[in-house]
Amino acid sequence: MSDVSLLLRRTGFGTTGAEIEAATRRGYEATVDALVHPGADPGATATPPPDLSGEPARPPAPDDKDARRAYARQLRSRSAALTLWWLDRMVRVRHPLVERLTFTWHGHWATSIQKVRSPAMMLRQNQTLRSLGRGDFRELARAMVRDPALLVWLDGQKNKKGKPNENLARELMELFTLGVGHYSETDVREAARALTGWRVDRTHATAAPLARHHDDGSKTVLGVTGELDDRSLVDLLTARPESAAFVAARLWSRHGSAALPPDTLRRLVAAYGPGRDVTALLRAMFLEPAFRADRSSLVASPVEYVAGVFRALDVAVPRDGRAGRALLGTLDALGQVPFRPPSVGGWPSGLAWLSTAATRERLTFAAAMARTADLDVVAGSEDRPGAAAYLLGVDAWTDRTLAALRDAAADPVRLVTLALVSPEYLAR
Amino acid sequence: MVDTLTRRRFLLASGVTGAAALAAGAGTVSWREIAGRAEADPLPADANVLVLVTLYGGNDGLGTVVPYADRAYHDARPELAYGPDEVLALDGQLGLNPAMKGFKSLWDADRLAIVRGVGYPKPDHSHFRSMDIWQSGSPDHPADTGWIGRWLDATQPDPLRVVSVGATLPPLAVGAKAAGVALPLTSFDAPAGPVGAGVRQLAAADRADPPSQAMAARATGALLSATATFGPPLDAASGSSDDDDDDLKTRGASAGGQGGLARQLEIVARCVRAGVPTRVYAVSLGGFDTHADEKGTQSRLLGELDSAVSGFLAGMDSDPRGSKVVVAIYSEFGRRVAANASQGTDHGTAGPLLVAGHPVRGGFYGDQPSLTSLDAGDLKVTTDFRSVYGTLLEQVLDTEAGRVLDGTRPTLDFL
Repeated sequence: MSDVSLLLRRTGFGTTGAEIEAATRRGYEATVDALVHPGADPGATATPPPDLSGEPARPPAPDDKDARRAYARQLRSRSAALTLWWLDRMVRVRHPLVERLTFTWHGHWATSIQKVRSPAMMLRQNQTLRSLGRGDFRELARAMVRDPALLVWLDGQKNKKGKPNENLARELMELFTLGVGHYSETDVREAARALTGWRVDRTHATAAPLARHHDDGSKTVLGVTGELDDRSLVDLLTARPESAAFVAARLWSRHGSAALPPDTLRRLVAAYGPGRDVTALLRAMFLEPAFRADRSSLVASPVEYVAGVFRALDVAVPRDGRAGRALLGTLDALGQVPFRPPSVGGWPSGLAWLSTAATRERLTFAAAMARTADLDVVAGSEDRPGAAAYLLGVDAWTDRTLAALRDAAADPVRLVTLALVSPEYLAR
Repeated sequence: MVDTLTRRRFLLASGVTGAAALAAGAGTVSWREIAGRAEADPLPADANVLVLVTLYGGNDGLGTVVPYADRAYHDARPELAYGPDEVLALDGQLGLNPAMKGFKSLWDADRLAIVRGVGYPKPDHSHFRSMDIWQSGSPDHPADTGWIGRWLDATQPDPLRVVSVGATLPPLAVGAKAAGVALPLTSFDAPAGPVGAGVRQLAAADRADPPSQAMAARATGALLSATATFGPPLDAASGSSDDDDDDLKTRGASAGGQGGLARQLEIVARCVRAGVPTRVYAVSLGGFDTHADEKGTQSRLLGELDSAVSGFLAGMDSDPRGSKVVVAIYSEFGRRVAANASQGTDHGTAGPLLVAGHPVRGGFYGDQPSLTSLDAGDLKVTTDFRSVYGTLLEQVLDTEAGRVLDGTRPTLDFL
């Protein structure tokens, strides 16, 4: 696979032959610059988020069965609208890296609607990840410790002076900023005190400080003593050298490859720098010799895959109804539904998506999409396997796949179905 | 290295197997294959069967086996504590959570062993690290194999001897040479017709494949090794549960895990009755990360555990092979002794481990940890988890513990 084609797959949702040609003409470095500095995006403008205002303040009482059923129904339909909106956005944007990165951060600050139970708060978090995800990591982290959905997810709104709740403090250090092994149990307990005193308003999807529940006494975290609060705690954590290495390794594992050579890590950390610049880190990553020279060692995650197929085949994402439910069912069967990570640890990366059940589900989805799409460009070509490669952004088929596609060439739907489940199309 | 550690953690978090498992040939098994093996090579009638139940999230041991007569318990968590009139008393000191009526009957019938204060040295409070330690059985150094996977390696590396119910294989079932198989809860067909023929071609290796493509081709091949319908023959309606409709049950969900335990155990029951030659089954229940509003959430989950396990064992009673089944229930850690401000508890250390079934000698094993002599607010471990594993290996799986676990630890008398 060419370096340009690998770059486009690792920064977007699949790619196409036309995109690869344009990027090749422009040159690798100019393509990287265009990726990390995207201009206005008409596709984003055309997909405004759904209106999710008017959230009920709390679930109805346990004994009011009818009200609870109605509440559950409403919650399901609003969260479906939210999830399908985001998929539609992923499919229609011109500069997919913004959404890819937002999805990466969603898996990093992994929060699930299963416990949060508020589509409005999940949308708000999604917008924070999008608007702050490409700048100073500290700004993102500062916003996230006050994010209403994250506070509910990790019981931050229940963390009060006197008897702190450690859930958010522990995951903030272990999973969000430092990585396991870079702090002590005492640091967790002290950090939890710094995070006390936040309240979440479900109706307005907001969070606000509550002075009487905040512990303003002196705390010591990682050797630093002071009247730490959420902001100074985040500043302290994100300034640690281990934090830079942790963030760099996390982004590499999602957009780079399976292995991270030590000198690459050093250069990524240098690019991230004292300003914790995520865009500079991404640019350095994409220009890394280890990134460009790498043979594909990852496969597309289900969301990347599904959004990529919609993009390549130019099919509209169903936003509601039976087709919308079927699409959510596909993502569920593949093991990755946006806004529903399996735990605060997020989704797996690497080759874990190649389970037998997922392989079967991809085939079902691919066949349905091939039947729906307009395949005239393939049907009208004298080289149908070649036309499918161009359509799906595959540089070249292996002899194995080419033989399978040639055998299916009489039937464009079957040919495209097979192309969509080929090892070449899955590679990242 | 950072990468290995984070990857392992992610895999664990979502119960997905990694490259090690794929390399070891881990795959999915079809009901047809399982049933075929039961006919050709049935489980000997005198073979014991181990069913491991993993509770994800850190189940609160003090809310499970309740030290109701201890004043320190009521002082440490006044709003969470159960009184003497609420618990299902086992003796003058300890009682079961009120939701555990089935376990109480098992106790009364002398078929429930409660191993107290179980944990490992230098407790880790991270869900992911701690579950890694429990599933690898290796607290001293990170291991990429699970303890049941090593049992497979050490005995007969036939993957069908270890079956995990669910779409993915937990790390405990992955060895260096062999791995167990996942039996999915949903059923699906192998691709047929012209598309099936094309898929068969795509499963071949190609010299030009980079590592990811080679693995994708292998995964395609694994799909085709199934000749017929995948998944167990349960109708869709049977025991299906929509956990999301119960907001009280999802409050401890941030540490992951699956629901529907009764349905998983129903599949195990069918396998055992059919004589499938599987010696270890792995099932799981998630949602125990009760940092807030613990009482209602935990009692709902323990109620689900109770009805699923006691229902399963009651069904096993009528089967000759069922009388050889031992169920062991554990979680990655217990929780802090004192409640936090949100009527919940934070990550802790030791907890009780439950072992139930016909072969079990009921009663308490191991010392109850003190509620007053604590280690930074946490219970001190009184029983090393490898003592329990060793007992299960020797008494249920007929294998010397030293072949699977580092060092030897005293076994217990619950079997």
